[in-house]
This record gives sequence, C-alpha cells and structure tokens, in this order.
Amino acid sequence: MIPKGKLANKLKIQILAGGISHERDISLKSARRLSDALTEAGATVIIREPDANLLANIKKDKPDVVWPVLHGASGEDGALSDILALSGVPFVGASASAARLAWDKSIAKIIVERSGLQTPPSITLPKDTFRELDADGVLKAVTSSLALPLVVKPARGGSAQGVTIVKKADQLSHAMIDAYVYCDVAIIERLVVGTELAISIIDLGAGPIALPAVEVVPQTGHFGYQERYTAGETQYFVPARLTKAVAEKAAKLAIQAHEALGLRHLSRIDMIVDAKGVPWFLEANVVPGLTETSLLPQAVVAAGHSLGSVYLQLAQAALRSR
Amino acid sequence: MPNTTANNFDDWLDLYAQRANTLSVSEVRALFAVVSRPEVVSLAGGMPYVHALPKQTIEDSFKSLMRDRGDLAIQYSGGQGDAKLRDQVRELMALEGIKSSVEDIVMTTGSQHGLELLSGLFIEKGDVVLAEGPSYVGAIGIFRHYEAHIEHVETDNDGLQPEALEETIKRLKAQGRRIKFLYLVPNFANPSGVTLAAKRRARIIELCRKNHILVIEDNPYGLLYFDKKVPNALRSMDENVVYLGSFSKILAPGFRVGYVLAPPAIVQKLVLAQESAILCPSAFSQMLISEYLSKSDWQAQIETFRGVYRERRDAALSAMKEYLPKLSTTKPDGGFYLWITLPDGIDSKAMLPLAVKELVAYTPGTAFYGDGTGQNKLRVCYSFPTPENIKVGIKRLSNVINLQTELQATFGKKGTK
Repeated sequence: MIPKGKLANKLKIQILAGGISHERDISLKSARRLSDALTEAGATVIIREPDANLLANIKKDKPDVVWPVLHGASGEDGALSDILALSGVPFVGASASAARLAWDKSIAKIIVERSGLQTPPSITLPKDTFRELDADGVLKAVTSSLALPLVVKPARGGSAQGVTIVKKADQLSHAMIDAYVYCDVAIIERLVVGTELAISIIDLGAGPIALPAVEVVPQTGHFGYQERYTAGETQYFVPARLTKAVAEKAAKLAIQAHEALGLRHLSRIDMIVDAKGVPWFLEANVVPGLTETSLLPQAVVAAGHSLGSVYLQLAQAALRSR
Repeated sequence: MPNTTANNFDDWLDLYAQRANTLSVSEVRALFAVVSRPEVVSLAGGMPYVHALPKQTIEDSFKSLMRDRGDLAIQYSGGQGDAKLRDQVRELMALEGIKSSVEDIVMTTGSQHGLELLSGLFIEKGDVVLAEGPSYVGAIGIFRHYEAHIEHVETDNDGLQPEALEETIKRLKAQGRRIKFLYLVPNFANPSGVTLAAKRRARIIELCRKNHILVIEDNPYGLLYFDKKVPNALRSMDENVVYLGSFSKILAPGFRVGYVLAPPAIVQKLVLAQESAILCPSAFSQMLISEYLSKSDWQAQIETFRGVYRERRDAALSAMKEYLPKLSTTKPDGGFYLWITLPDGIDSKAMLPLAVKELVAYTPGTAFYGDGTGQNKLRVCYSFPTPENIKVGIKRLSNVINLQTELQATFGKKGTK
C-alpha cells in the first residue's frame, strides 16, 4: 500500500532534464511526462537544463523540491546530487555516494553480490587494460572462462546503448569497440537466458516497496534502444507471468538490492529469472526513465495508482528527507 | 501465475500500412539531441547561417505585406501557389539558364515536399529509384517510405559517372527491374559537395531519355558558388527534366517554401496531389518571400552568403589540413559540405557516441546510402558554426578519430557484427 500524501499541498517542483549525454533525448521526454503528471496532480512545475545557470535558476525559481531526470553521466554519477546537496535544496533520488555506487554496473554488481544476491558472472575490463595486453589472448581467455553467449555492455550508461549480445566468439571484438565508444570500462557478462524483469522500487517514507514486476519481451529478442522507445516493438506483461513464489522472490531481491546500494525514493532494478526460477541481478537504475514506454510508470499504473499521485508523494518524501 | 495481457503501447499495430514499418526511432537521431547545447560544436545539420540575413528588410516586408495584402496572406490560396512568386521564381531559375512558364511551376512546402509529392505520383513498391552514391538523406527517407529499391550510381569529383549510370541501367533492365527516375543533386551535392561536370550533364540526360527514365534535378545550392558559377541546369537542356528549387538555403528554411518546375502533365498531377494532401502551400510564407524579393537586393544577399560560406569552407579545409592531414576530403567550390573518408575499418556511425562525448557532432556516412554502405565516410557541414568553432570541432573530431583508430588497432579488423 502506498501511504496517502497531502495531495492538496501545492509543491513547486523544478525538474532538471536534458544535459550533455547520449540519453539527452530520453531525459527530455521523461521530464515532459513527469511534468504533465505532476501538474495534473496540482504541483507547479518548471523544467530546467542543468547548465551554467543551475544554481542561479534554483535561487530564482525557489523550488520546494528539485527532481533530476538526467540520464547518463552527470545525472546518475552522483555529481549533480552533490551540487544539489550543497545548495541545500531537497531533491528526489539517490544521494551522491549511493548514485556513484549504482551508476557503475561493475561496482553495483559487487555490492549486491556481497549482500548475498546472485548476479551473472562477469569480467570488467577498462579500455587501458588492452594497451599492455594482447587483446586476442585476453578475449579468448574471457570466452573460455565465461562461456558463450555473453553480454558486453558499457560499465556506465543506460538505454542499452553500446550493449551487444555475443553469440559467436568472433563477434566479441566488435562488441568491445561498441561498448568502449560509450564508456572507457566494459563489462563482459555471461548471458542468463530467462524472463527479463524490471522491478520498480518506491519509498514514500515508510520504507521501500516493490511495484509489480514488468516482464519485457522484445520482438527481436534483444531489449535494445529501438525496442525500448518504439511503441509496438516490445511486449510488456505487468504483472510478470511468474508464479507467486518466484514473483515474491524477485520483489524481495529488488528491495534488497535497492537497500544494499543505499538508494532512496525510487529506483528500478533490472533482473533475469532463469528457467529454474532463480532471479539474477543485472543493474540498478537510480534515475529510471519516465517516458510513455518506460517501465516504472507501467508498474505504478499496474499497482492501481495514478502517476501524478505517486510522483507527488515522491516529491513530498524528498521534502521530508531533507 | 497471473493471466496478464501484453501491452505493446500501440493498439493499432495490425492496422498500419506496411510502409509504416519503414519508420522507427533511431539511436543516431537521439544522439543528435545534444547538438542544441552550446558546448557541442555541431558539424551535423545542414543549417544555413540565417544570422547573415537582413532581419530589418524581412520585418519591413512583413509589415508592408500585412498592411497592403494581409487578408489575402492569411487566407487559403490556390494549390499551385502564388502567381507573383512563381513569376519571381522564373527569374531565379533564369540565372541557371532555365526558360520556363509560370504555368509549369508549382510552389511547395519546401522542395522536400515537392519530392514527396513526386514520389507519391511515381513510386510503387519495388520500383527502382536511381540516386548518386552518396545521396541526400532526406530523399532516401522518402524513397524508403514509398518502398522503392534505391540503386546508387557511382560518383567521383565530377559528380555522377555516366558510364556507371549506363552500366547500372543495363544491368537493372536485364533483371527486368522497372526504373522510375534518376534523382540527383548536381551542384555542391549533399553530402559530397561535388558538382556534376558540364560535359556529363548532356550525356546523363541522353541516357535517361533513351531509357524512358524521368530525371529529377534537386538544386538547393546552385546559387551558393564561391568563385565560379555552376554549369547551366540540366533542366535548361531538356524540358522533360523535373527541377526542384528551394528558398531554404538562399533565404531561410523556416518559411518552408520550395518549388517544382515540371512538364505540364506532371504539373497537373502535382497540383491535384498537393490539393489532396494539404489543400495549398502557405500563402503567408509565399507572399512574404515575394514581398522580400520585390523590396530587397536579394542577389546581393546571396553574394553575402557566398562570402560567409567561402570563409567557413576555407576554415574547414584549413583545419582538416592541420588536424587530419592524412584523411581525404572533397574540396567543394560552393554549398555546405565536406565529405570525408576515414581510415579503413573505422565505422563513423559506431564512432558517433565517442564524438558526442568529445562535444562534436557530424553525420555518419551510412545515412547517405540506402543500402547500408558508407561506413567509413562522414559528412561535415561548415555552414552554421563560426570559423573558430569549425576549427575547434575538427580538432575534436581528430581526437575522436585517433581514439577510434586506437580501439580498432587494439581489437583488429577481423570479426563480425
């Protein structure tokens, strides 16, 4: 149950969106959807770019709460959270230190694993590693250790940009290049085949709760950029088609990951449930997408809530956690 | 287990026309969202430098239009377009040797709309459209949408090669393919920047005439030459050539005014198609341009543009020489673009995220081919950034290419996608 907030309270919310990242476009789309929902719920909303006028705009707008919807670096790497904390304005989302841990998928995997959860075996390779080592040899060793098929992804980034599923060994070199153009560190992970899930976590002040899991079934078999943002290219099942026991296990894992990483207010935990019903943690998103095809809004609606009401309560929670 | 119904966010998937499948979101397009940020030097979009326009003259034209003919300007108008502007367009085309009648001119919502209307009239699924290799990305989008098979014809520094055209036509005819038209941008082509040599023009027309292939000549850049005037238009040599013109580059794209000069039978169908699609092009935009052309020394303004773009072309070529001396680039005598060839094995589309990280944007070569080729090419547009920013942008581009070359060297050229 979501505790009822004071919906009549007229909050002034400044949304930060855009930025210089590969996901700028998605950030702007998310911001406009968030703004629509908050406005309908009674809030006053201003959308701003996080540019040289960031602090001046906060002074000028005097928002009750700032809501950063910046995907990619500067939005999710904790830098912005640090600046917002310094400015003393309450903001929605993870603290700088928690965001830093979650933003780097390789670090998030270690933390979540240490808390007792399963995550697919992987190897993290900074680009510079290959300056001194023989790339062919390293990649052969990786393939032999992890076994095909593999997933190669940038350690930092979102929207599946730079992500490749590698089914044959000779695809690995290209996959590495595609990941390194987005980030200097790449993760090579064993591909776990199963039900792809996104579990959104919200915390309105009474502790984190898991919203119904969204099951993702992309037409092409790979939930890439195009499949994420083109209506019709992916089927979503909410709640996911899981047995009650597996669904509960997955929800528990998601909350545990959210807590292990020290996240607050909201997050989205992506995972795969294998054929034996075992959930595997893949990554945590501290600034989940809020576009019309994004996963968190679907989960909110499936839980029987209105987007505006939940978003407003999240803003109120941020105000309280000042 | 819950009996959940799938949601795909589109309840009309079973109702769309098949050609709607040609439309989908693109990661590359999303990356271009950053170009609006001032930190990024955009060498991507083909935007004219509208700051060089005499805003006061445009404002005066607006005021006098609204004062004298305001009610007409904001009313519906004819499907063929404003008669006075069509007459002025005749003068404009005469600069490139074209003789025409106002009756054979149709005003459109940018020349892009003219090409869209023509494609709707001529292309059926599977028809062949011949185009330069590389060709204008906006044209490729339209041809794809009409489910044409795009066949590129090889070009060199003198533009489309007649021998290659002849061989392509022969090969396609032997395969029983139906070729509808040849689409080309003969002057300072987008993206290559090259101009079709005068001696090739007559031969190309002859080949198309002989094989009953319509020629569509798209000429937005012809008046933007730097030193030497371009050869006369293909349309000046054959009245059956369909000519597309535009005010987007010689004035401003915000007006969305272009025009088509075509044989009378095609004009008749174009007007009907336009009326069916949009009723009429914007009377307001057309009349404002007409007023501007009447009141200003527009030829002097085009000369100003030539000076601006010449300086930027020089800045781009000089930066290429300084930062990327080993790469080959075209050296345009007009227009907006450099067409750059990257080291073997470097994929410009795959490299774009790295460029965005380094705060520079360009257009990957594959955008200009309908068949997925052009990976090791990229287009640099020098029309909009200042000469100083062009230098900064190309310096950043050189860093990006070096980083990508290093990556490529590390992981080798072998392997598959």
